[in-house]
Amino acid sequence: MRVLRILLEKEFRQIFRNPAILRLIFIMPVIQLLVLPLAADYEVKDINIAVVDQDHSSYSRQLTNKISASKYFNLVEYTNSYDEAIRGVEKDEADVVLQIPASFEKDLVKEDKAQLFMALNAINGVKANLGGVYLRSIINDFNGEVRLEWLQLPRFNPQPMIQISSINWFNPLLNYQFFMVPGILVILVTMVGSFLAALNIVKEKEIGTIEQINVTPIRKHQFILGKLIPFWVLGLVVLSIGLLLARVFYGIIPEGSLFTIYIFALVYLLSVLGLGLLISTYTETQQQAMLISFFIIMIFILLGGLYTSIDSMPYWAQIFTKFNPVTYFIEVMRMVVLKGSSLYDIRYHLLIVTGFGIILNGWAVINYKKRS
Amino acid sequence: MSNTAAISVSDLTKQFGDFTAVDAITFDVKQGEIFGFLGANGAGKTTAMRMLCGLSLPTSGKANVAGFDLYKESEKIKKNIGYMSQKFSLYEDLTIRENNRFYGGIYGLTDQQIKEKTQFMLKHLHLESKADTLVKALPLGWKQKLSFSVSMIHDPKIVFLDEPTGGVDPITRREFWTMIYEAAHRGTTVFVTTHYMDEAEYCDRVSIMVDGKIEALDTPAALTKQFNAKGMAEVFVQLARKAKRSDN
Repeated sequence: MRVLRILLEKEFRQIFRNPAILRLIFIMPVIQLLVLPLAADYEVKDINIAVVDQDHSSYSRQLTNKISASKYFNLVEYTNSYDEAIRGVEKDEADVVLQIPASFEKDLVKEDKAQLFMALNAINGVKANLGGVYLRSIINDFNGEVRLEWLQLPRFNPQPMIQISSINWFNPLLNYQFFMVPGILVILVTMVGSFLAALNIVKEKEIGTIEQINVTPIRKHQFILGKLIPFWVLGLVVLSIGLLLARVFYGIIPEGSLFTIYIFALVYLLSVLGLGLLISTYTETQQQAMLISFFIIMIFILLGGLYTSIDSMPYWAQIFTKFNPVTYFIEVMRMVVLKGSSLYDIRYHLLIVTGFGIILNGWAVINYKKRS
Repeated sequence: MSNTAAISVSDLTKQFGDFTAVDAITFDVKQGEIFGFLGANGAGKTTAMRMLCGLSLPTSGKANVAGFDLYKESEKIKKNIGYMSQKFSLYEDLTIRENNRFYGGIYGLTDQQIKEKTQFMLKHLHLESKADTLVKALPLGWKQKLSFSVSMIHDPKIVFLDEPTGGVDPITRREFWTMIYEAAHRGTTVFVTTHYMDEAEYCDRVSIMVDGKIEALDTPAALTKQFNAKGMAEVFVQLARKAKRSDN
């Protein structure tokens, strides 16, 4: 125990003397949490639309007004030449072209049926996709209005229409930040934990002090614990800063208890730090350690369910997410923060991540050799 | 000086793939002697020393250090030896006092012992005023003397010094050797590598390694006589010239 205390004393002294680490710990959460959720937003607004109105009727104008009144679209061009609109797309001035053909109103009134044409700039896939969906729903709406107008008319031939109304459970306003911020917090804790842990032992290899330690009768698990605990504490500090920022700036107050979050974070950090330590036992320089951890953490984050839904991943990727600790923490965070899940609800997550922790740290202790 | 060997090595070999860094070396180091371990760059000195300290696992051969078997009892050996590597290895971002506390602590010294040791060391090295200075702020010569002292903090039976005076000025070198003599006088066995032949003359006995093998081993006076040379420098050159490998 005394040896461990001595080790911890030394690690904390070194951390507090290293301005780079301190800056990383305090500034990274602030920037990531204050900037990223605002910028990395799935909601697509300000889609530039060019309307090619070859009808010039009152209906075509009504439709155009309806589109430009929506908060999703900017009417950048109103013309009667399709070619001109497409040139706008080529110059990246317009994302969507809506063509209203010359006989639009006539067909609609006389034949009860009219055609519109939509051209989407698919260079930005997300924008094109969502733009198409939004535009379709505006046209549908318009369609409904037109029908309503005709309701009084005797020649109206009633067609059943299905109206869908929905309610968003756990995040009633579909506030995008409620969904993203807990996830970004997970990424923060993951990055700080794994990078710092990975770099630390390697640093001792680089400066040569590891030799001096290996020549002492220190026990391997003591050494690894001495490296693990300081970053464990730092990880929890980062988490606390993050939760505080989420509360102050986004008004995110976890539905569940903080206790549940911290219990899970403790176990989770153990596995992430274990990964970092494992990397550092395999590498010789800080550069190697950094590149390898970056590579692994990048995959963990991209396939962790923060940016893309796991359910829509291909089967092999879904299997992979089962071995990804990040997935579990993001899920737990969302469960506890939005749904108010309890420790009992996350018991399997807890168990699995504990397993990761034991395996990774055990592996690190085994692979750390005092004698080569 | 007692007759029991502090270090006893037979046919110790270390291979890295096809390369035999240390080739079946056999020698004994007596308790309390200053044993000079000489050889050109790449002769295998550091590798041999790292094996004896339990940092590197031998490929074959036997060795007994401080009365313990190198294979089975390496952790017991570690309690009884001090090691100062070629690379400076105190923590530069800790003060002298903190380095002492750390290394003393992991060798299991009590707070009281660490305090006394630190006090003694600071006084001995005339570093009292620098006790709370970060080590990185000290000049190289002081750093080397300091790391020697730290490697001796737990009063080891044997201390291994790997080129302890490399890059150090002549005055500091002399002071350093005074420290080595003092340690030997207190009964510590000193196992030291060096490239300075005047330092070789200070040793009780000297071995010279060439291409992983020990080519000569005796007192400096006997070796000078045997090779019909004026001094150790000439002995060294005669032997080292036969070397086929070098690191440059």
